[in-house]
Amino acid sequence: MTEPVLSVRDLRVWYGTERGPVQAVDGVSFDLRPGETLGLVGESGCGKSTLGRGVLGLLPRAAKLAGEVNYHGRNLVTATPREVQRLRGPDLGLIFQEPLTRLNPLLRISQHFEETLRTHEPGLSKREIQHRSIEVLRAMGIPPTRYRAYPHEFSGGMRQRIMIAMALVLRPSFVVADEPTTALDVLVEAQIIGILADLRRNFDTSLLFITHNLGIVAEACDRVAVMYAGRIVEQGPVADVFARPQHPYTKELLRSTISLSTTGLHYIPGAPPDLVEPPSGCRFHPRCPSAMRVCPERFPEPVAVGPQTVECWLHGPSDLVPAGGSEPLAREEITVADEA
Amino acid sequence: MPTKPESSVSVEDAARAPLMEIRDLNVHYELRGSALARLVGGEGETVKAVDGVNLVLERGEVLGLVGESGSGKTTLGRALLGLVRPTSGHIGYGSHDLASLAQRQLRPLRRQLQMVFQDPHAALNPSMEVSTAVAHPLRIHGLVNSKAEGRSRAAEALERVGLSPAEQFLDKLPAELSGGQKQRAVIARAIICGPELLVADEPISMLDMSVRAKILELMLDLRADLDLTYVYITHDLATAKFFCDRVAIMYLGRIVEIGPTEEIFADPKHPYTQALLRAVPDLDPDRRVPRDLPRGEIPDAAAPPHGCSFHPRCPYAFEPCGWEARDLRAMFERRWLALGEDAYAKEGPLVGEIDEVDPNQELVRLRAGRHASELVSLLSEARADDPDEPLWRGVEGIEQDGGTVVVRFREGVDPALGSVNDIDVACHLHNPDLRPT
Repeated sequence: MTEPVLSVRDLRVWYGTERGPVQAVDGVSFDLRPGETLGLVGESGCGKSTLGRGVLGLLPRAAKLAGEVNYHGRNLVTATPREVQRLRGPDLGLIFQEPLTRLNPLLRISQHFEETLRTHEPGLSKREIQHRSIEVLRAMGIPPTRYRAYPHEFSGGMRQRIMIAMALVLRPSFVVADEPTTALDVLVEAQIIGILADLRRNFDTSLLFITHNLGIVAEACDRVAVMYAGRIVEQGPVADVFARPQHPYTKELLRSTISLSTTGLHYIPGAPPDLVEPPSGCRFHPRCPSAMRVCPERFPEPVAVGPQTVECWLHGPSDLVPAGGSEPLAREEITVADEA
Repeated sequence: MPTKPESSVSVEDAARAPLMEIRDLNVHYELRGSALARLVGGEGETVKAVDGVNLVLERGEVLGLVGESGSGKTTLGRALLGLVRPTSGHIGYGSHDLASLAQRQLRPLRRQLQMVFQDPHAALNPSMEVSTAVAHPLRIHGLVNSKAEGRSRAAEALERVGLSPAEQFLDKLPAELSGGQKQRAVIARAIICGPELLVADEPISMLDMSVRAKILELMLDLRADLDLTYVYITHDLATAKFFCDRVAIMYLGRIVEIGPTEEIFADPKHPYTQALLRAVPDLDPDRRVPRDLPRGEIPDAAAPPHGCSFHPRCPYAFEPCGWEARDLRAMFERRWLALGEDAYAKEGPLVGEIDEVDPNQELVRLRAGRHASELVSLLSEARADDPDEPLWRGVEGIEQDGGTVVVRFREGVDPALGSVNDIDVACHLHNPDLRPT
């Protein structure tokens, strides 16, 4: 197997709040291979955006980062801000959720590209800058006639294409796309997903695709990591995870998703936990239909189940489960007070 | 697990009079370009947010207004409650016409007509306790005499929407509630006056996946218990399919297709509806969203396309769909997108500033000077390169007139809603007089 482009090990991120530290990302590990797209899914507040920003060193000052983000033999967590800054752009890219707020309304699209390329590749001639920009815009479906237009002259979907083109013009080997289609309409979303799915073919870029939409993961990703309360509870190839989900949260989330083939409503009781005081042991146990006695007692270990890695005591390891630990957990009544 | 309830519009219901009848409803917004134009009072642009909508809302049904952003679905929903004043048209409700009623007379009717907003975080006053917020409509309409009575009515409403025991919630502030709980409180506030109609504008789109179904289920329960009629505004076809009895697909202020949910989802008639359905990402990783989806995006509502608004994106567009100068520009842009920078450098100057071509013209004059014959041959080259491009079906003739090249388009016709079985669709493909043979 090829070497991963990015290898994250036991990454942790805390935020300071008035009520105490929030453990937004709590010991997350994953690898990303060249040209691979990893979908990172979870509900709001599960830490997926924080993880995406943390990998790029783009967290606010109040945040604390620990663990390893290995990129080409360097640990970005311990690297100096200057070193990480130099990598951002030519090596590490980011595509944001709201394209309009990320483009300068006073600058032409051409000027955005000129600024980007001059900063990171100072040797390029004006002619080369224009050629490279127009070529990458073309790959995103922006005609050359629009190269000197201003951001307001473009529709929402076109602006998102321009943002993607600006991230790709520097040919980064790793890009974080944070909910890139959330603000877009369904037809435009489908166009953007198509573009991102073509990335690996045309640019050989590895993508961390953050979304809350499982349908998009099924559409655009090779592998998926499901996050709950700061942990990746299950990861594996998309086809396997969707066909045979092993973690109860993955199963319940898939069942709760309303799709065109939905004939009955299903939901997960309760609400995602407060990360200032997360539940003990497995964080999903208060909402889990298969919770056992061991679940609130001990943190589950990552276990390989087929091609997937799952953090759930249902899959063992059985020698770590204490005697009687696999008995069903006596349910405390979930009152509506705790419901969403 | 609750399953989809049977459509409630049964035989006996059919005898009842409809709840609302909307005729030729228009909601237009005037745009004035600059401060000077405003002073001089010159002709501004008009955005037709709702453009000639006809609709009958039956009692007890769930009608979905489905469309992308800018389709006018929210404006239409708000107009039904008198929250947006229509420019013209009628909204028949009982013996009233909501479109022409003064605010003073509308206000008592709002007891029966209520709204659930998209963002529960913004729909509740952050400094107002839940009991006060939920009982607020009662106070506004003078339906309670004392604070204590309002509080007990609020408690009943909270219990009704599943926030029980209500005592736990009455004195809380919105910030202490989760997203789902807030949306329940918003629904409690909407039902407290005993309404007939709830307009729900994307009520679950801001909520987490794992709790969305819970709110939909609550709304279905309430409909059965309180005999409600819903207008469900959404861009999400999957929930519309599950939740609605009938759906109306909207595009640029118009209803382009309307009919029973099952039939529209099984056999959509309008090319736009067909495309929307194919574009929804599915949970099955083996099923891919097709790549041949309509190009582009919803056009500028201030200058909608000629003829059928969807024709610039429609793969099946043909002669009468409303071809115009802008479509020629778009064709060249697509050509240069495919051929690249060099082709653009060569052909761009020849075609000239098509950016400045007036919209809505069935005839374009391209000034090419002594290169006129080259431009004519470029046009035929473009046609030969992509003969399946729908634009060419609309081009009637290309002529050289001295230094100008004249491109003539076929006359466009505005499609009107017409019936195909149980579905009404506004598309020339379903018009027997125009349909290609």
